[in-house]
Amino acid sequence: MLKKAIVLAGAAALTGLASTAVLAGPDDDELVIDGETFVTELPGFEGSPLDPIYSGWRFRDDATQALEMDDFENPAFVFVEQAAESWETVEGTEGKSCASCHGAVEESMKGVRASMPSYNEAAGELWSLENYVNFCRTERMGADALKWDGDELNAMTALIALQSRGMPMAPVIDGPAAEWFERGKEIYYTRYGQLELSCANCHEDHTGDMIRADHLSQGQINGFPTYRFKNTKLNSAHGRFKGCIRDTRAETFAPGSPEFRALELYVAWRGQGLSIESPSVRN
Amino acid sequence: MEWTRRDFGALCAGAVATAALVGRPGFAFAADDNGTQAAIDAFTGGAPVAEGGVDIGAPEIAENGNTVPIEVGAENAAAIMILASGNPNPGVVTFEFTPLSGARSASTRIRLAKTQDVIAVARLEDGSFAMARRPVKVTIGGCGG
Amino acid sequence: MSNVKPRVKVPKSAAAGEVITIKTLISHPMESGQRKDSKTGEVIPRKIINTFTATFEGEPVFKAKIEPAVAANPYIEFSMKVPGPGTLRFEWLDDDGTIYDLEKSIAAA
Repeated sequence: MLKKAIVLAGAAALTGLASTAVLAGPDDDELVIDGETFVTELPGFEGSPLDPIYSGWRFRDDATQALEMDDFENPAFVFVEQAAESWETVEGTEGKSCASCHGAVEESMKGVRASMPSYNEAAGELWSLENYVNFCRTERMGADALKWDGDELNAMTALIALQSRGMPMAPVIDGPAAEWFERGKEIYYTRYGQLELSCANCHEDHTGDMIRADHLSQGQINGFPTYRFKNTKLNSAHGRFKGCIRDTRAETFAPGSPEFRALELYVAWRGQGLSIESPSVRN
Repeated sequence: MEWTRRDFGALCAGAVATAALVGRPGFAFAADDNGTQAAIDAFTGGAPVAEGGVDIGAPEIAENGNTVPIEVGAENAAAIMILASGNPNPGVVTFEFTPLSGARSASTRIRLAKTQDVIAVARLEDGSFAMARRPVKVTIGGCGG
Repeated sequence: MSNVKPRVKVPKSAAAGEVITIKTLISHPMESGQRKDSKTGEVIPRKIINTFTATFEGEPVFKAKIEPAVAANPYIEFSMKVPGPGTLRFEWLDDDGTIYDLEKSIAAA
């Protein structure tokens, strides 16, 4: 009678039996959404600090994983739908919506997320997807910029990222992006805060271990923006970076800052080849 | 006859035992009763409650107590009430079924403040009551981020 | 952009007598009334979706009486035995008296 209950109970039983194994690393589950299989594990590429590379999805328990496997049960989609309405909504002094220039989001934004963040020649700096959205708003639409890591901007980047779902992460790190990449790498390995922790201390040195009762992932960003149970809303990669650095008891960089854009590029590179899962579901 | 403290105590114990035998479900909430028993009594009107016959699907360990998937079902249920015995308030949700209902089951996602028993009480179509409980462990987060 | 938005997943068509699964979700913070504002220290007043109802051609199908212990963005899944083609109506009642609603038609299969 209780289809899902049986599944959940079975999963719980398995977790109980294999609890020692579970603590040691990611699980073996396969992520399938709408019949499409996602790459959540791949061998490290040349020069990769990680081998194998795992999506954070593999470190979550079955109940959390299940919510990402069904676009209706994934709560992120209610925000994606809101953004789809915003996409069509005229805002600002120029009488334009996103759609006025870009047409159907499904067509024009396909693949865009895969190479984010990317070097913008005209601006002369590395831009995250959020920068592109806000540039359009302020320069093309005559509308106000949306708040970094705010609900509206995260919903819009989730809508745009969804059009690249299933594609491999493929950031460009050479050319003018190279110095941003190096800056990001430096931040990744720098110990911050009173606890003197770098990103690598947890996400490279202790992948698969438990931090209190939580299971440490590789800190990949292929699922961002992600819906988190913790705050029951969409979260940007920069918002997550901020939370991590804050917990080292450091003054953090701001979402949207050059430092976090550089870090985003470096972390995207660490996960290149993983399928984009945005909008994913995490605890 | 004069009442002594001991007599009174024995009487009370007897009354409690009788109550437990007659109507009260055999679950002990005394340690951290947040009003769970009162909520059950309000739902049943004090009628006897059978144990079993209600299915609860929930993860054994919830990764975050903020969003715990749960499913309840009972054959011929007219209504099923879910209670969280370890939350500040016990009430979670009450599902009401109708002749148009398919399976007498439903699912939702709930908040659990800590490791505790989730309780489901069903009012069946014949007016009788049944209940079950299921322990759910709620883990604290990592660094939280 | 409205903050509260309901979603419902219902098969577009179904045969009479068929049992279908209905999935519903509404974006809503479900403010429990238990939390305090981190800056002022004052309790944030309760504001939740307190009742969900589903009706088919005016006949009740399913109802949920909801407490603050239901998670934010409440998700409810239940089933219906389809009497025939017709329209399902869903209503979510907010503590502030607002009713959010949505209708879905089921065609004969």
